[in-house]
Amino acid sequence: MTTDQTALLQYALGEADDALILGQRLCEWCYHAPYLEEDLALANVSLDFLGRAQNFYQYAAQLDPQQRTADQLAMLRDSREFRNLLIVELPIGDFAFTMARQFLLDCFYVEFMTALQGSADPNMAGIAAKAIKESQYHLRRSHEWLLRLGDGTEESHRRMQIALDQIWGYTMEMFENSPAENELLAEGIAVDRSALKPAWDTRVNTALVEATLSRPEDGWSVRGGRDGIHTEHHGHLLSELQFLQRAYPGLEW
Amino acid sequence: MNEQQQLLPLFEVFVRSKRGLDHKHVGSLHAENPEQALEYARDCYTRRSEGVSIWVVKSSDITASQEEDARSFYDPMDDKPYRHAMHYQLPEPVNNM
Repeated sequence: MTTDQTALLQYALGEADDALILGQRLCEWCYHAPYLEEDLALANVSLDFLGRAQNFYQYAAQLDPQQRTADQLAMLRDSREFRNLLIVELPIGDFAFTMARQFLLDCFYVEFMTALQGSADPNMAGIAAKAIKESQYHLRRSHEWLLRLGDGTEESHRRMQIALDQIWGYTMEMFENSPAENELLAEGIAVDRSALKPAWDTRVNTALVEATLSRPEDGWSVRGGRDGIHTEHHGHLLSELQFLQRAYPGLEW
Repeated sequence: MNEQQQLLPLFEVFVRSKRGLDHKHVGSLHAENPEQALEYARDCYTRRSEGVSIWVVKSSDITASQEEDARSFYDPMDDKPYRHAMHYQLPEPVNNM
């Protein structure tokens, strides 16, 4: 196997893990959202991410020298083998926290998937072409929630600001290229994450002003997800996500 | 139903399943404003590719006939068969009308 193929596998796995973990977090709102319409809407977004994860895992499975299937990659790896960014694994918190995270991620994904559509790797470009349409809709929703809560009541504003302050230090990791990404950059396969920062900043800053929220200071930042170093929440998430396959190996329905 | 939902206005949702067909009433939902209602309609009523176009209308903007009007609204039509096309002889090529 060439070095390129190893890097590509890491790249696809990273994207797959991000989508799976975020999708799993979002579906925790199922039956718990503020009201029925929002419950369904959030579940739809969650399913979009699970579908995206499936696409990336299926591609990763094709590249895997151990010949694991997409299901095995998702359900039978341990926490240290997951390569997702820390921001997606944080607990859902309150509704403001979920929406603040979603908005910051949606702003990123709209830029990232647009760029990935131009990837020299046709599989990655194909998945991105599908994902960009979903992300544009996700952003429309999360942007409106940011405005509604930020420029809403005193309580909703307070909660939204707290959420932003708590998440802010986890956003930096989105703009750092992993070694695999750096390797694939030269061939035009990977997206240069650091180059997406200015466009992301513009989107976020404009929306925050509109929502009467303040942009948190760039003080602290946390990273490690791409190296498999996760928060204490990750193992608990996996224990729920992977329970069936761990307890009943090979179970299908 | 929680307090929040009682505060949100009700909207009626109409979905056009295919180009060329009419919008059909499919149900109703609660939302804060028409824009949010449109998105919830998209999320609740077109998740299985049921539509290509959506209308939402605030339920309170619909003026509906009332049950107690039925006597004067609909009963008078019951004995006017000449308004139906049933007494006309249809030419052979026309199977249904």
